[in-house]
Amino acid sequence: MELSLAQALNRALRDALREDPDVVVYGEDVGPLGGVFRVTDGLTAEFGEERCFDAPIAESGIVGTAIGMAMNGLRPVVEMQFDAFGYPAFQQVVSHLAKMRNRTMGRLGLPVVVRVPYGGGIGGVEHHSDSSEAYYAHTPGLTVVTPAGPADGYSMLRDAIALPDPVIFLEPKRLYWSKAEVGAPARTEALDRAVVRRAGSDVTLLAYGPTVPTALEAAEAAHADGCAVEVVDLRSLAPFDDATVTASVRRTGRAVVVHEASTFGGYGAEVAARVTEQCFHYLEAPVLRVGGFDIPYPPPKLEHLHLPGVDRILDAIARLQWESGWTPGAAPGGPAGAGPALPAARSTS
Amino acid sequence: MERIDDRPEARLALPSAEPIRLVDRSGGRVPGAPVPAPDPQTLARLLRAMVVGRRFDRQAGALARQGRLAVYPSSFGQEACQVGGALALAPADWLFPTYRDCVSLVARGVDPVEVLTLLRGDWHSGYDPERHRCATQCTPLATNASHAVGLTYAARRKGEDVAALVLMGDGATSEGDAHEAYNFAALWNAPVVFLIQNNQWAISVPVRKQSAAPTLAHKAIGYGMPGVRVDGNDAAAVHAVVDQALAEARCGHGPTIIEAMTYRLDPHTNSDAPQRYRDDDESEPWRERDPIDRLTALLRAEGMVDDAALAAMAEEGERLAAQVRDRLAEDEAPDPESLFAHVYATVPHALARQRATLRDELRGEPDEGPLGEPGAGLPAELRGGAHDELKEV
Repeated sequence: MELSLAQALNRALRDALREDPDVVVYGEDVGPLGGVFRVTDGLTAEFGEERCFDAPIAESGIVGTAIGMAMNGLRPVVEMQFDAFGYPAFQQVVSHLAKMRNRTMGRLGLPVVVRVPYGGGIGGVEHHSDSSEAYYAHTPGLTVVTPAGPADGYSMLRDAIALPDPVIFLEPKRLYWSKAEVGAPARTEALDRAVVRRAGSDVTLLAYGPTVPTALEAAEAAHADGCAVEVVDLRSLAPFDDATVTASVRRTGRAVVVHEASTFGGYGAEVAARVTEQCFHYLEAPVLRVGGFDIPYPPPKLEHLHLPGVDRILDAIARLQWESGWTPGAAPGGPAGAGPALPAARSTS
Repeated sequence: MERIDDRPEARLALPSAEPIRLVDRSGGRVPGAPVPAPDPQTLARLLRAMVVGRRFDRQAGALARQGRLAVYPSSFGQEACQVGGALALAPADWLFPTYRDCVSLVARGVDPVEVLTLLRGDWHSGYDPERHRCATQCTPLATNASHAVGLTYAARRKGEDVAALVLMGDGATSEGDAHEAYNFAALWNAPVVFLIQNNQWAISVPVRKQSAAPTLAHKAIGYGMPGVRVDGNDAAAVHAVVDQALAEARCGHGPTIIEAMTYRLDPHTNSDAPQRYRDDDESEPWRERDPIDRLTALLRAEGMVDDAALAAMAEEGERLAAQVRDRLAEDEAPDPESLFAHVYATVPHALARQRATLRDELRGEPDEGPLGEPGAGLPAELRGGAHDELKEV
């Protein structure tokens, strides 16, 4: 059936609630309203207030109570209404949720899923468009994942709920309404694996969540210009799937990381470092990062300038020290085997 | 305004100006107290646990001064709160202690050496929380309070009769997490009792700089739960008040905040410098309100303990202290590989790689770096030195 990402996530919650009586879903406005993005639509009606309910507006308390529930056998799935609204819960996430298994020598694992709608591109006013993944991915003990489409949305959320460890489940808001065929309850790849979304031999684009469709679009544009771009959807930010990423970059010899978050100290820095350490002898050019600028998330009328789009990605690909010495605006070309036909950068205006 | 819940109005009265007291400073019973006094057996148990607990506490302090513990936050003077609270719990109930509540854990029956694991620096927590129904000792203030609310919520869902006692200090009540936990507890009618040990000092800051509320117990009314003040150096009163609050919680009347008035006689920890912020003579009146002396006087006067019984309690304390000394003298080196064992349920490959790096370091072998050789930890076909061959594939 064709489902949007939001509908696929809803389906995943519904199936988890049906199959496991220990699953409870709560957060701000997730009850009768169904969540501000309608991800919990209909769950209170179907499962009752005991299984899906509204919490007071207190993110730290929401995560803190979820920790207590998980200490005593439940599998809570809680929602932070928006990325930046999750910050009050940061201490609970970092000091307790991430560490309880470790602190108790493995005696108390916490199977809690914290769902976080994240990223921009929806015209949200300030504090509604942050990319907070690096904060979480930096924290040992957390599993941090992000689907880029409905099929993964369903499968990854089911897997996250089943995991015996806490999961930060990052939902790219601007993809909530993107639709695709979903074979629910079918599962996609394992939760900790990256997936090659498009094969190509010239350069690897490493993207996740909201930038996966953008990377695929850039790959299509580059293809028209004779450059075969491979697109890897990272899916799991922590742990990182070194095997899939390394195999891809060793094949192509070039890599660009793409994310919405500010570039400085961002998740792309970790990806670039790992790729460089593991693929150094295979690289034809430095690993480049394409991200948002190092600025607070801009207001809606300016966010299109901040978010990395197809052109910024193509520009980065063009800077990857191609043997033919191609520069933006030059005609593509070159013999097979001596480097790809090169993509033409588009105007950013 | 229309009330938004249906709990008994009587429960929502403001706390009394005078803390509830059952035993006066000279060991006499206080007439007309609003809670019934514990029975003689319970009073004797309270005294025994305080005597043993204080001896443990004194021993731990000495071990900290000798450098055998990394640090020790003393419970000295607060034994009535910690013992009175812990002994009011039923076996299935949960205790949520802080770093200052070692005596409550010993009273709850946790192995004293396991209690000291955190402070010895062996690991972050040494005991099995589920076995003892004691959460880990919490260092970030007030953050464990919401855990108690969630835990009892889960218990109720499963049809279990479980209440929880959260220990917190006066300083912790200023934290946002205290507010959120109180609010969740009251909203969910959670069977949780919050016992604030108001020991007057949060490291160097007096309680008057923490809150403008008339008392900390007054805060309860704003959440829709009762606030009670109790003499925190009167073990009988603390036990009675906590016991009653737990009973109310169990029958669905919701949580209670109890403010126990006590005093931190020792420095914050062995590395604190209290002479910088308070006068020695401030503590003198509190020494005269010693919780052990007071309960001993009562039990003696009423013939519930004799010299032999008191000697037996002291002897039990000595035995426990000797055990703690002996067992801590065996300096067991923690297993280096335990660093990686419990970060996740299964060890991810990158962590396995770092574990191997540490192994090599400990053997004095060359460090391959946190990621190892290029390709280390990767599938066989991606590993090793045949870089050029691989590249052409």
